[in-house]
Amino acid sequence: CERGIYLFHNTKLRKLYFLSQSEDTQQQIIRETFHLVSKRDENVCNFLEGGLLIGGSDNKLIYRHYATLYFVFLCGFLRNELGILDLIQVFVETLDKCFENVCELDLIFHVDKVHNILAEMVMGGMVLETNMNEIVTQIDAQNKLEKSEAGLAGAPARAVSAVKNMNLPEIPRNINIGDISIKVPNLPTFK
Amino acid sequence: MPAPIRLRELIRTIRTARTQAEEREMIQKECAAIRSSFREEDNTYRCRNVAKLLYMHMLGYPAHFGQLECLKLIASQKFTDKRIGYLGAMLLLDERQDVHLLMTNCIKNDLNHSTQYVQGLALCTLGCMGSSEMCRDLAGEVEKLLKTSNSYLRKKAALCAVHVIRKVPELMEMFLPATKNLLNEKNHGVLHTSVVLLTEMCERSPDMLAHFRKLVPQLVRILKNLIMSGYSPEHDVSGISDPFLQVRILRLLRILGRNDDDSSEAMNDILAQVATNTETSKNVGNAILYETVLTIMDIKSESGLRVLAINILGRFLLNNDKNIRYVALTSLLKTVQTDHNAVQRHRSTIVDCLKDLDVSIKRRAMELSFALVNGNNVRGMMKELLYFLDSCEPEFKADCASGIFLAAEKYAPSKRWHIDTIMRVLTTAGSYVRDDAVPNLIQLITNSVEMHAYTVQRLYKAILGDYSQQSLVQVASWCIGEYGDLLVSGQCEEEEPIQVTEDEVLDILESVLISNMSASVTRGYALTAIMKLSTRFTCTVNRIKKVVSIYGSSIDVELQQRAVEYNALFKKYDHMRPALLERMPVMEKVTTNGPAEIVQTNGETETAVLETKPPPSGLQPANQANDLLDLLGGSDITPVIPTAPTSKPASAGGELLDLLGDLNLTAFLVGSPVSSPVPQIAQPPFLLDGLTSQPLFNDTAAGIPSITAYNKNGLKIDFTFERSNTNPSVTVITIQASNSTELDMTDFVFQAAVPKTFQLQLLSPSSSVIPAFNSGTITQVIKVLNPQKQQLRMRIKLTYNHKGSAMQDLAEVNNFPPQSWQ
Repeated sequence: CERGIYLFHNTKLRKLYFLSQSEDTQQQIIRETFHLVSKRDENVCNFLEGGLLIGGSDNKLIYRHYATLYFVFLCGFLRNELGILDLIQVFVETLDKCFENVCELDLIFHVDKVHNILAEMVMGGMVLETNMNEIVTQIDAQNKLEKSEAGLAGAPARAVSAVKNMNLPEIPRNINIGDISIKVPNLPTFK
Repeated sequence: MPAPIRLRELIRTIRTARTQAEEREMIQKECAAIRSSFREEDNTYRCRNVAKLLYMHMLGYPAHFGQLECLKLIASQKFTDKRIGYLGAMLLLDERQDVHLLMTNCIKNDLNHSTQYVQGLALCTLGCMGSSEMCRDLAGEVEKLLKTSNSYLRKKAALCAVHVIRKVPELMEMFLPATKNLLNEKNHGVLHTSVVLLTEMCERSPDMLAHFRKLVPQLVRILKNLIMSGYSPEHDVSGISDPFLQVRILRLLRILGRNDDDSSEAMNDILAQVATNTETSKNVGNAILYETVLTIMDIKSESGLRVLAINILGRFLLNNDKNIRYVALTSLLKTVQTDHNAVQRHRSTIVDCLKDLDVSIKRRAMELSFALVNGNNVRGMMKELLYFLDSCEPEFKADCASGIFLAAEKYAPSKRWHIDTIMRVLTTAGSYVRDDAVPNLIQLITNSVEMHAYTVQRLYKAILGDYSQQSLVQVASWCIGEYGDLLVSGQCEEEEPIQVTEDEVLDILESVLISNMSASVTRGYALTAIMKLSTRFTCTVNRIKKVVSIYGSSIDVELQQRAVEYNALFKKYDHMRPALLERMPVMEKVTTNGPAEIVQTNGETETAVLETKPPPSGLQPANQANDLLDLLGGSDITPVIPTAPTSKPASAGGELLDLLGDLNLTAFLVGSPVSSPVPQIAQPPFLLDGLTSQPLFNDTAAGIPSITAYNKNGLKIDFTFERSNTNPSVTVITIQASNSTELDMTDFVFQAAVPKTFQLQLLSPSSSVIPAFNSGTITQVIKVLNPQKQQLRMRIKLTYNHKGSAMQDLAEVNNFPPQSWQ
């Protein structure tokens, strides 16, 4: 199963997902992974055996380099390495679809979205869904759900603040227009 | 309190930070703001704050104070809150925080929520970080969801079930009924995760494995559909239909087919089909082929299929893509033991991979090359491997050198080739050679008697220019010390003899002593070599005396001790010096290392191997110990119990040399009792527990018939047997050797070896001379331990002098009476 998924930029390290390990181990693992991967030449193979910190030779690092980013998967020993390479490719393509020509900035500014997409693909270290369209559909549906809620939640607050700012003079008790007499109910004052 | 800034603002701000310190400051300010916001229990902005907190956590800053907030978010009704809350839970919480248990109730409610996405979130979180308590509580809910018709939930439930099973294996049974229909799904996502679930269950429990074997036909059908079906756009990856699912199914088939003939047979066709029909131009196809190969290798496939698999791997090796070559080499390494011949066909490609630039590929190619060396290809392979040794990275050199030594020992076509190879290794990678190689090499050199002059000449030339490689210098010093006379007299037959004077030889040894690059051990070797030369050289004895006396005041304690003793040897015990410094005897072994003597079948030697447990220095050939002890005056000699020489090649050399090396250095402790080296030749404890050295038992078994083990050229050897009722696995054999010719047989040595399941101990013979005309016999006692009551077989070696010539014979004794071993 996958033990960790990381995203590296040339200088910055980010982790996306981790199987339970202590906080310090995680940080160390990230640092070591970064060192190992950033030193790699362009035309070597994409697999690295783990160093001491990354759980020893039982774990493998499988990475792919896209422009300035490295996508690194830390996997247990039994995984089919070539399959993981494909998985990374599908992941990146899905990101591309969700963000429309994804670029590095998208990934930085929408970290939570990236997490959500990843959650649709990988769960508990195992591959959940690899069908791009399916994933995108689910993500879209969930995003819509979120948006609808935010709309409802946002509206009352906006309405309240709008009224607060209206500077209403004192409320008339009786409105007399010609023959019509309207009695205005007792409204609580807005604060 | 102004509204907390949005996540995007925060990210933008942090990115403007130019230094780490600046970033830290910003983060701290924001953390403070978030903390106060949390204190105010603000519902509206909580999710925004937690999102920011998660971002900061991802950058590496502590975020534990947000854990409770995550819980509050999970409990909220809004989807947005729940989403961030669950994400936060997955990132910030794990089993070690007690807080996570509070989530259990929330998750339970959410698992039954009306919105499938909420249910999905709950499943996801449970499946990622659920602790065993949580899993236990919620397993029922998960199982319910496993049976739902909603495919989105079903696939998540399947993976969640895998996690539950991992955490609480006892609950596996619970999910069994739900798995009945899993494979009938059309939805690939569900199919995929179901296969994962089934794989997990089969891996964990052999009962489940047996139960699920009946699914093999169904799996085969699904796989077939995948391959045969035309283009299906939703699952297509580079032209192949849902490769991930194919790979998963192949892995499950592997587990089901392992060790099971019926299942393996059912899979044969489909595996052949996948192997032949899959497109290999893209990585995807190769991934599937790789998994297929792994499966074929693991199950009980027929040989044609295996050959197909290895050919696929061979094709991989020719692929330009490094990843594929790496993967192929790894798999070939796993299969080389079982399908040796098939892998041999790809030898040249593998050897080419040694020249690759990639470190991982080189390492694998090296290991594989060593596995492929055999008697036929040893010369060619060695050439390549030596070239590799020359040019490879330092981290490989030690392993490569050891590997070459091992292979050379096993398959050397001739002694000269062997020595040349060793020399080459020593000169190219001398500083990386492992320490235990030196004694082995020395032992090897002593064994090739006719090559001594050649060897010493080459070694001398090697260190003439450069004496920094410790292992090389050690071996060279030892040889020069031993065979310096051959060197100086220019006796080499194999190549052009060089003209070396005694002074030149001493020059080089002295430079080794003086040099800063020499390790202490190396200096010791050099000093001893110089000392030995005092008997072999004629005109430079005074110089040697001077050198030895100088080091009597060396700071290095080891050197000092040696020098002082050697000095004493010169002064007070000069009469003993020639005898003590005599040429080392050739070390005999029952099984030699030459290919002529060992029949390799599946890596096991057919010839018998003696395994003994006594301390290493306890092993030694009988004659040598006796000879040396005789030399030392014969006083105070405790009875030596010689054991038959061990035939474990690597260790024998080391142990023998340890002992002889010890004798070389410490036996010259004049003034101390002669028996100091001798007590190390202790009695091996295993056979003699409670038994005296007298072979006769008081409670012997009923008389066992004796046999004539050997009768040739006038030498006859009879075996008589005794067994004890109290210790029936021990058989005591008394041999009697008699001589019917008209001349005595002198220096008679009897050696024996037995198959691996036995243990053998030889006691000392009564004498080494067999008088002629059957007028007397030599008796010797052999004790055989036969715990497995296997048929007794023995191979014996006899050496003796007769009629002025040395005779030697090997024979096998197979006619042991059944009563002696049953």
